[in-house]
Amino acid sequence: MTTPPILSESNSPVIELHDVTRSYGSGTAEVSALQGIDVNIEHGDFVAVMGPSGSGKSTCMNILGCLDTPSSGTYRFKGMDVGKLSRDQRALLRRHYLGFVFQGFNLLNRTSALENVELPLIYRGTLAKERRQRAKKALASVGLAGWETHTPAELSGGQQQRVAIARAIVTVPSVLFADEPTGNLDSARSREIMELLTSFNHDQGLTVVMVTHDAVMASYAKRMIHFRDGFIEKEESNRGR
Amino acid sequence: MLFETILIAMREIRRNVMRSSLTILGIVIGVAAVITMVTVGDGATKQVANEISSLGSNLLDVRPGQSFRGPGGTRSGAPMFKLADAEAITRDISGLAGVAPIVSRSVQAIHGNDNWATQIAGSTNEYLKVRNWTLAAGRAFNDGELKGGAAVCIIGDTIQKQFFGALDPIGNTIRLEKISCQIIGILKPKGPSGFGSDQDDFILMPLRTVQRRIAGSTDIGSISVSAMDGASTQKVKADIERLLRERRQTGKNEEDDFNVRDMQEIVKTLTGTTRLLTTLLGAVAAVSLLVGGIGIMNIMLVSVTERTREIGIRLAIGAMESQVLMQFLIEAVVLSCFGGIIGIIIGIAASAAGAGALKVPFILNLGIIAISFLFSAGVGIVFGYFPARKAAHLDPIEALRHE
Repeated sequence: MTTPPILSESNSPVIELHDVTRSYGSGTAEVSALQGIDVNIEHGDFVAVMGPSGSGKSTCMNILGCLDTPSSGTYRFKGMDVGKLSRDQRALLRRHYLGFVFQGFNLLNRTSALENVELPLIYRGTLAKERRQRAKKALASVGLAGWETHTPAELSGGQQQRVAIARAIVTVPSVLFADEPTGNLDSARSREIMELLTSFNHDQGLTVVMVTHDAVMASYAKRMIHFRDGFIEKEESNRGR
Repeated sequence: MLFETILIAMREIRRNVMRSSLTILGIVIGVAAVITMVTVGDGATKQVANEISSLGSNLLDVRPGQSFRGPGGTRSGAPMFKLADAEAITRDISGLAGVAPIVSRSVQAIHGNDNWATQIAGSTNEYLKVRNWTLAAGRAFNDGELKGGAAVCIIGDTIQKQFFGALDPIGNTIRLEKISCQIIGILKPKGPSGFGSDQDDFILMPLRTVQRRIAGSTDIGSISVSAMDGASTQKVKADIERLLRERRQTGKNEEDDFNVRDMQEIVKTLTGTTRLLTTLLGAVAAVSLLVGGIGIMNIMLVSVTERTREIGIRLAIGAMESQVLMQFLIEAVVLSCFGGIIGIIIGIAASAAGAGALKVPFILNLGIIAISFLFSAGVGIVFGYFPARKAAHLDPIEALRHE
């Protein structure tokens, strides 16, 4: 039950969406948030998902992050059909292969940075000593060595988001999902966060999928997908990245 | 998986010390109340049993008249006993430690200018043995005094205090009715009886003296019999009943015109009553424990709403439904067990204080401590389950969006 689903390692692309729709409600009240989209994301890619509010990009992110399942169409993560998995199986998939960074940081308050970063490892059943070492290493890798005992209230917004990134990468995930990671930060802090994500993508080959409004932030990505009214309006790649 | 979940639950409790301590307050009070009520109640039961057994162990009280109707319940028409009845019991019935024929009267005792209404009991030295009295000073009656009906007496502690205070009364005389009576002994005090009357307020005289010079008849009012240790008081009682029916020529279909009261039965009845009271008080306290459980549920439910985002984070990170359920359940159980332990400590302290204040023995009932601890753990499981399920069923997307 708690062992990770065995997925193929070599299989590229990591993410394959084929004709995925997602609708809410039923009958005349039915609202279609995604109206048949196809997306492929390769290993080591850095994708920015863009679009106005209500364009379906958040719905798409929830499906990609295995928090939600498609109404129709297929989503294969490393070759596994996510739509056929149970709630708990998807939880295990998230635990072992995915990392999340949110706009509102979503750290546990009154809990030290170290314990926040340890959290996903606790669910994985990592032993205390190794857990602490890996959490410290992850905090160091986001430039927060020495801040282990600070609680979120004692950290700045930028630092909180770094803790959140450390928490997401401490498990060495296959894909990091970032939902408006700079939405609550000023431009200087935003740049720092984007540089951090870019470096993880560049140096460690971490696949990053990021939702953003901001064209400047999106320019850090290798590829941009624009959503409008539940469809993919256009895809473009950033030359020079 | 369980270990990780326990770790998470413990971190969560530590993170919210204030909320956690408020949550367990109800359980603490409930457990403390149950333990205090039951312990003090047990002490009171023991106290009643002790007091009654101080009347005399294995004591049977034989009186003319049909059945126990309280003081003066003797049925008119039932013949009184004679000394021969007591002698027949001594002679014919086995397993007896002592037989004391008794005649008692209410009298005014006078010493100097002091005047005191009390009881006198006319009996033999057997009376001391049967009723568990010991002499504090002086001596018991000698054969000559008993046979000759001498004007001597042994006084209870209350009489001693009333007439002589700290002075030695032995050799002094007190006047009872028309006779002047020399004091030859003092009894050790027993204190008030379980029924509230003063056991020490009486004067013991030789049977013959009371019969001849105060009562003016050879009747015996009652016979106190004590069974030997280990002898069945029920068998002795049945034997006495058979013997007396024979002696009093009671017809086959007639009811007894006397009754034999087994003190052990009275002990059972009275301790049964206090035990019932203890149970009732314990039950009332148990209700407060239940209310404490509902308190836990309320705070846990509120905390699920308050912690929706946290639950969303956990689910997104990869916590399974069962782990979130277990986390909340363990939080509830750990809290209620912790509350139970604090309640046990407070309960023991409170019942020690209560037993001291009520002057009853302090008897720690390990059973009730175990039961109230298990009950508080059970309360945690039962009342923690509903909030825990609510938390586990949250949709992670909704939960993360929760403000």
